[in-house]
Amino acid sequence: MRIIVSIKGVPKLETVKVDPETHTLRRESAELMLNPFDRSALEIAARLKEKYHAEVIAISMGPPNVIPLLREAYSICADRIILLSDRAFAGADTLATSRVLAQAIKKLAPFDLVLMGLKSADGETAQVPPETAALLGIPSITNVKDLFFEDKKIIALRETEYGLEELEAEPPIVASLYPKLDYFRPPSFKRLLEVKNRELEIWSAKDLELSIEKLGLSGSPTRVSGVFEKKFADKGEIWEGEPEELAKRLITLLKEKGFLKA
Amino acid sequence: MLVKYSLTEEQSLLVELIKRIGEEYIAPFALEWDEKESFDNRPIRALADADLFGIIVPKEYGGLGMGVFEMCLAVEWLSYYCAGVSTTYAASFLGAYPLILFGNEKQKEKYLPDIARGKKLCAFALTEPQAGSDAFGIKTTARKEGDYYVLNGVKQWITNGGLADINIVIALTDPAKGPRGASAFIVEKGDPGFSAGKKEKKLGLRSSVTTDLIFNDCKIPADRLLSREGMGFMVALKTLDYARCGAGAQALGVAQAALEVSIKHAKKRIQFGQPVYNFQAVSHTFAEMTMRLEASRALVYQVAKFIDAGAKDFSGASAMAKCFATDQAMWICERAIQMMGGYGYMRDYPVQKFFRDVKCLQIYEGTNEIQKNVIARELSKVYK
Repeated sequence: MRIIVSIKGVPKLETVKVDPETHTLRRESAELMLNPFDRSALEIAARLKEKYHAEVIAISMGPPNVIPLLREAYSICADRIILLSDRAFAGADTLATSRVLAQAIKKLAPFDLVLMGLKSADGETAQVPPETAALLGIPSITNVKDLFFEDKKIIALRETEYGLEELEAEPPIVASLYPKLDYFRPPSFKRLLEVKNRELEIWSAKDLELSIEKLGLSGSPTRVSGVFEKKFADKGEIWEGEPEELAKRLITLLKEKGFLKA
Repeated sequence: MLVKYSLTEEQSLLVELIKRIGEEYIAPFALEWDEKESFDNRPIRALADADLFGIIVPKEYGGLGMGVFEMCLAVEWLSYYCAGVSTTYAASFLGAYPLILFGNEKQKEKYLPDIARGKKLCAFALTEPQAGSDAFGIKTTARKEGDYYVLNGVKQWITNGGLADINIVIALTDPAKGPRGASAFIVEKGDPGFSAGKKEKKLGLRSSVTTDLIFNDCKIPADRLLSREGMGFMVALKTLDYARCGAGAQALGVAQAALEVSIKHAKKRIQFGQPVYNFQAVSHTFAEMTMRLEASRALVYQVAKFIDAGAKDFSGASAMAKCFATDQAMWICERAIQMMGGYGYMRDYPVQKFFRDVKCLQIYEGTNEIQKNVIARELSKVYK
């Protein structure tokens, strides 16, 4: 069984600065950390690896400063780590990113499962996992709480606003994960030592046989038309008192404002 | 730290990983564990997953094959976050050392790989209700019956009691011979007639578990004997010689944390229109705390490296490292409270926890009075 985990480096919150003029993130000055959602993906991969003796391959698209994060993935559970890096990838939106990931994943076939965090803590779109699945032409299951294999099928538990949904799929699939885990394993010391002496695989646009115009900024249909700072004009009020009395007051106010019928 | 040590790349990585585990798995919860006197397995599991139970286990048994110095670094920085957690961790080494030092090939193969992976926790059981500092006064017996030994007696205040899968127990095989009639045994969790008593309520180290171990016709196979009959105290004393540096290292971690918390407070706390650190009575106290801490660290590190370099007689050295560092840490933690005044005394702040935790370090693994006996004894061997 082969599991591919795609991870992303996101700016450490405490090191992020916002440009006061353009309101965009000053990424170059921020330190990178593993996207917290991807930490879940790695933990789930580690658990599946233990359970099914699966091979885990971690990939990441980004500049060379994501190398420590790939090494971390190796020290947590990955058997092989690959950096997808090329100047041509810079400025990619979710579609252009998914093209690179899909192509790399294709090169790693056959595989049973592609795991990603639900979304990235910086972009927050949650689009890359399903887009990658679409480009690969395989099913995608999003917002997965837990998954396991049964009779060569993948059973995924998916959290919805109405409750838990149990889905069944034939591998391979792409799953975006949002599990509620009470424990994440730390890196293994032995593997941290080992990975320092390992040569890192780096795949460029050429290695992936991708044409430049579909990549990076030029291959990204998304355009940011503007960024603005949200101003909160209304002042909040805090009411204190007995619950019954407060409830009555609230009902009166809602009626006054027309949210409740008088 | 005003004195910097040049660590190897491996050692730096080790400290970095311990700090990471401390920040993520310990720091947010340590005060709560202390308050509720509860043991949480998560930091132990994290240390196991990080391979850090294998520090002193030889590589051929799946460990990292590192020395006493690396063990001290790990214990020091773990103690910086919680001395209760580091007690659970270090006590496991106390149970592992007898196997590493005295186990036969079969015993090593059976137990060490699981210890290295952190799958099995260890405990070391010497103390009894009437035999504390007077360890030779133990009453627990081990009677040979065919291919078995049958143990009877009670061990007291055993760290990891009931949690440990592997318990090293010192018992008398020949009570008539006194101390020379003691032997060391491996007792596994689940052995018939073996149980743990109630969890003790402690002043500090409250996130660790301490219980009695009760042996009621506890029958174990004869091959659980460590070394030979009569070697019990040899096993125990050698183990303690190795492990004592670890207790000294715990003191360093706690004292470092106490110093940091209190100095940050003193630099921010405004009285008489200025930070209290500006007053000489305060700043000189910090100067004194730092000197004592750095002297302790230098001694603990040096003794650990002395042992790792292959020293044969190091009872006196390890007793000094343990006694000096823990006494200084007790003083540092007491001063840290004083430097924070009322804040130091409140249970919302961690220094009172450091103060309660560090007290035990002067008592366990041989009281500091016993350490001075050891130092004096070794000294008189040199200056005859």
